[in-house]
Amino acid sequence: MRYNEEIDGQLPHVDKEALINRIKQTLPQLKVLTSEEELRPYECDGLSAYRTTPMLVALPDTIEQVQGLMKLASEERVPVVARGAGTGLSGGAMPLEKGILLVMARFNRIIEINEEAGTARVQPGVRNLAISQAAAPYGLYYAPDPSSQIACSIGGNVAENAGGVHCLKYGLTLHNILRIDIVTVDGERLTLGAEALDAPGFDLVALFTGSEGMLGIVTEVTVKLLPKPACAKVLLASFDDLRKAGRAVADIIAAGVVPGGLEMMDNLAIRAAEDFIHAGYPREAEAILLCELDGAEADVDEECERVRAVLKKAGAVDIRQARDDRERAQFWAGRKNAFPAVGRISPDYYCMDGTIPKRELPDVLEGIAKLSETYGLQVANVFHAGDGNMHPLILFDANTPGELDRAEALGGKILELCVSVGGSITGEHGVGREKINQMCTQFSSDEILCFHAVKRAFDPQTLLNPGKNIPTLNRCAEFGAMHIHKGEIPFPDLERF
Amino acid sequence: MTIEIVPNDQSQALVDQVRAAIWNKRSLRIQGGNTKRHIGRDVDGEILSTRMHSGIVSYDPSELVITARSGTLVSHLIDTLEEHDQMLPFEPPTFSGRATAGGMVASGLSGPRRPWSGSVRDFVLGTRVITGEGKLMRFGGEVMKNVAGYDLSRLMAGSFGCLGVITEVSFKVLPKPRKTLTLRLDLRANEALDNIRRWRLQGEPLSAACHTGTHLLLRLEGGEGSVEAAKRTIGGDVTTSAFWSDLREFELPFFRDERPLWRLSVPMDTPLLDLPGDVLLDWGGAQRWLKSDAKSVDIRQAAHEAGGFAHCYTPSPEVEPFHPLSEGLMRYHHSLKSQLDPHHILNPGRLYAGL
Repeated sequence: MRYNEEIDGQLPHVDKEALINRIKQTLPQLKVLTSEEELRPYECDGLSAYRTTPMLVALPDTIEQVQGLMKLASEERVPVVARGAGTGLSGGAMPLEKGILLVMARFNRIIEINEEAGTARVQPGVRNLAISQAAAPYGLYYAPDPSSQIACSIGGNVAENAGGVHCLKYGLTLHNILRIDIVTVDGERLTLGAEALDAPGFDLVALFTGSEGMLGIVTEVTVKLLPKPACAKVLLASFDDLRKAGRAVADIIAAGVVPGGLEMMDNLAIRAAEDFIHAGYPREAEAILLCELDGAEADVDEECERVRAVLKKAGAVDIRQARDDRERAQFWAGRKNAFPAVGRISPDYYCMDGTIPKRELPDVLEGIAKLSETYGLQVANVFHAGDGNMHPLILFDANTPGELDRAEALGGKILELCVSVGGSITGEHGVGREKINQMCTQFSSDEILCFHAVKRAFDPQTLLNPGKNIPTLNRCAEFGAMHIHKGEIPFPDLERF
Repeated sequence: MTIEIVPNDQSQALVDQVRAAIWNKRSLRIQGGNTKRHIGRDVDGEILSTRMHSGIVSYDPSELVITARSGTLVSHLIDTLEEHDQMLPFEPPTFSGRATAGGMVASGLSGPRRPWSGSVRDFVLGTRVITGEGKLMRFGGEVMKNVAGYDLSRLMAGSFGCLGVITEVSFKVLPKPRKTLTLRLDLRANEALDNIRRWRLQGEPLSAACHTGTHLLLRLEGGEGSVEAAKRTIGGDVTTSAFWSDLREFELPFFRDERPLWRLSVPMDTPLLDLPGDVLLDWGGAQRWLKSDAKSVDIRQAAHEAGGFAHCYTPSPEVEPFHPLSEGLMRYHHSLKSQLDPHHILNPGRLYAGL
């Protein structure tokens, strides 16, 4: 899935030596990497199956350097791909052979924790978890917690609108930031949003969050901090049937409870996690639900009872409540390590990120099982069940010829299935390079043209992260052959699971 | 359970009207219940009414999602959710039951719960929109998480119709709290601000906090246990909850004053500002209603110095309603407007002159 100029658009030709000389002249302090061995570590992000060596890597220390570099890139018409910690799972920070990789990792300072306002001002390279750690002495924390929170940076979180296991109750990145400072493609500094709860004009914070580095470069983020819940308890329910577990999820919500986290795993994922982490999961269960309730202790106890009753009625064969924080952490450890756990039982795995309305869960699981059989590849299912965000993990071996292609094709089918029931191809990992073809499934060509129009408003020369997020219509013509729009599937009588 | 009510789909008529306006080079003045005409600049154009394009398209309580056409009354949405003990958490004004869902999103007005629950924008999951090229498009959807493409659905919130005609919106909704209690405390405004901050940090189950100029009103929401415990910690007298709907609907005596009404949006930790006039502190201090004859430039300067903004809600030929944008931001606003509304026909000038 490297950049294909014939389909993704012609990139300007850049004389590498001349560019390096110009950078050295105008920005002598800017750290630039140019040699093959220096560039190698940057050739991919968290989606390691997709690799390209960048033309050069820039590691600025100051916003002035970012401005200078963007100004120069605009004048010389050089594409720029911004990158944070490089943990993204959709190839959003995959470099370009003809482009600069702008690494924001050195912007790693927490500028201010404002206890009174309940906010933190941080540079984009600050790690997600580091914000909560710095806020902890004040009894505060930053709510969005993607699984990669130890390593992923807040700038990347903004670019991807990252989620995590607590989204249903606490929202996505977008809901937890107030203001972002950016540098535009031609090097101008702008402030979007404010420390106030709203800012005049169009809601550009909403537009930029999740825009995958295609509209500007994030140089500072002001996040909201929340008081840590006084108490959190977690229930682990086992089911002998996936459908029952799926229905239990809807029943919990219908009972008026919004859990802090509501996660589901299927048997393959349960066994992989149990063998790896020894979280105490029932290896024989067809599905487990992890339901975390947080808040004031009295409320949490009341909700635990309510959820227990719902789970029992939904047919759970066993319900356990973590006795203490140690056991609670252990229950979560299994879930949070589900990806590496699956990595132990298969040479490679491919993680999908589709979302669906919760009511479709049982049917979609059945559809995935059938597709898995058709393609001859095992699929382990892990999801943020509360908000309908699925993470099917496709197991394959890249050393077996043809398996990667088959895994990608199966992944594409799973996403098309999600769209056909009214869902989306990505809930939190982003489109990046990975799901660029499936965009043609989710959106009509008019809608894609509208996205291109928005892009032109901020980046008329399409220099920022070209080839990601929004496909060209050429690409859709080539690869988006099956177009499901508004649930209208072509040839509806064909069986498609 | 899914309830399907499909009274009136007028989207094709709306598309036709936008296309005719493009053809005739005529501006459109987009209107739902026409309840927010006093907010923002006047638009000179043919009326495009979304009022007949109404009805709840789908509502599934266990999905926490409701989808409605833009002409649907906000009050109808609220009543429908109420039947299932659910709510629009951002507590929008209904303007005596005349406000529509489309206008609610386009104006981005949120009520007293906003600092704790989030804004209108935060609960938008998807929108259908007619662009300035006369094409009906769908962005976002009915799922909680969706990061495919740019987030044009939430961009529509607060855009006052300048980027597209909203025809349908899907919202995330929430269960109503099991217990609600309103407290009245005799505190001065500055003491109230200090206390609100402390209670917030302690994680007290606040869901609204307003200082009227003479006393503080607090709303507690949550489970029975936490609300009772907070009541004991905070003290004060239990009073009626009617205050919050009067506040949300601009129906408190405060709003009847003849002087111009200003809305100041400031950071949470902003102290009292030194401005002449009467002040009502809502949103725990982050939204301040000001009745004042002070010069607009002075009000805006004070808001700006506090890191915030001042918008004038009383129409006047001398005063720009919305706080001015920086030169750089304004340039990108024009750029975005000309891409999404190239013929410049959708509510031109409603937010800012020439935009």
